[in-house]
Amino acid sequence: MTCDEAEVMLHALIDDELDAGHAREVETHAAGCARCAAQLASYRDLRQALRGGNLRHMAPASLRRSIDRAVPSTAATDRRTLLKGFALGGLLSAAAAASVMLVVVREDRDQRILSEAISAHLRSLQADHLTDVLSTDQHTVKPWFNGRIDLAPPVIDLAGQGFTLIGGRLDFIDGKSVAVIVYRRRVHVINLFVTQGVGMSLPGPKMETVQGFNIRRWTDQGLNMLAVSDINREELDEFGNKFEEAARAARAS
Amino acid sequence: MAYEGGCDRGKAERFRAAALPYLDDVYTLARYLLRNTADAEDAAQECYLRAFRHFETFRGGPIKPWLLAILRNVCRAEYARRGALAAVVDNVDEAENKADGLWSEAQHSPETETLHRLDGENMQRLITQLPAVFRETIVLREVNDLSYREIADVTGVPVGTVMSRLARARELLRAAWLAEEKDS
Repeated sequence: MTCDEAEVMLHALIDDELDAGHAREVETHAAGCARCAAQLASYRDLRQALRGGNLRHMAPASLRRSIDRAVPSTAATDRRTLLKGFALGGLLSAAAAASVMLVVVREDRDQRILSEAISAHLRSLQADHLTDVLSTDQHTVKPWFNGRIDLAPPVIDLAGQGFTLIGGRLDFIDGKSVAVIVYRRRVHVINLFVTQGVGMSLPGPKMETVQGFNIRRWTDQGLNMLAVSDINREELDEFGNKFEEAARAARAS
Repeated sequence: MAYEGGCDRGKAERFRAAALPYLDDVYTLARYLLRNTADAEDAAQECYLRAFRHFETFRGGPIKPWLLAILRNVCRAEYARRGALAAVVDNVDEAENKADGLWSEAQHSPETETLHRLDGENMQRLITQLPAVFRETIVLREVNDLSYREIADVTGVPVGTVMSRLARARELLRAAWLAEEKDS
């Protein structure tokens, strides 16, 4: 290695960008060359000074705030923007404003219910409180809810369709107690929340992904069904379809 | 209607979580490139707005180099507006010639010198006085802590060019440091 080569390479050496072989070559050269050795030492010194010199600038809080405001964010910000729009525009009638407000507020509540369902799902996995009644038999799980909650959740054995019923429990969403039917698919847990008057009733099934969890919602005989799981979208949708099919078949028989 | 739909809100949240932690890095580079607090703030703000608009095009991996590349483009636009930069950044030879004029090498053999501690403020000043190409390279390396590969991607030059610019930047910086000591 020549001094010219070493001169550029020694920077890569102090920057930790050389593989072991090249690093050894540069070090060997520096060991036998006083000039390059001195350079290496002095650049290491410079390096040290730069690292210790606190060369970073902290972004002012006002800048952080103004970027934060510029990126559309929470529902709260959206609603504020909306209200400002009304105040400034003044073109929309109060009725139109009220209907838009309603949608926004309902969407908010909807989001809250989704995130509460996810929290409940996570709690059920972490706190070792997945089931209050542990049974793969629908005729054991269904009666368990009697007298514990004022609705009769449809409990359906889906083992034949690849979803194993493992039990049920009571949980809370949006301040109300709800029935939860728990299924397992391979190592994944599906929590099926059954509620009345919590969340919107939907015309058809709806798939969503929130915080990385898949959610499928549908309504069944006036009950709101909400399935949460970490299984993939297709499988959760399949679960919902199988459940609806089986529920229809059970009613028909 | 100003109302943002649910999926946009999800995008905004992902963007915040990923990009906002690097605001100090973005602002720091802006300060060194533009050498002016107010312009640096404007550039950082513009950088985040552009980044948010184009967040779909971000293909994963470390987000810091992606943000710094956007910031650099914003700064270049600002330079162009000032009408000062194009010649300096695009023509390295010219930058180096200029550098030789501005930066006299130490008279006596520099490798025998011991470099003493400069406080952070003085070190910042010396970096700020480097010609633009060397300044951005050394700041990306020493302050933003990017790898050679990442610096090459941000600045759009081959890794070999990054290496030679970095070598030159340090040479100039060391010379300035020595000159400073001689004066003191």
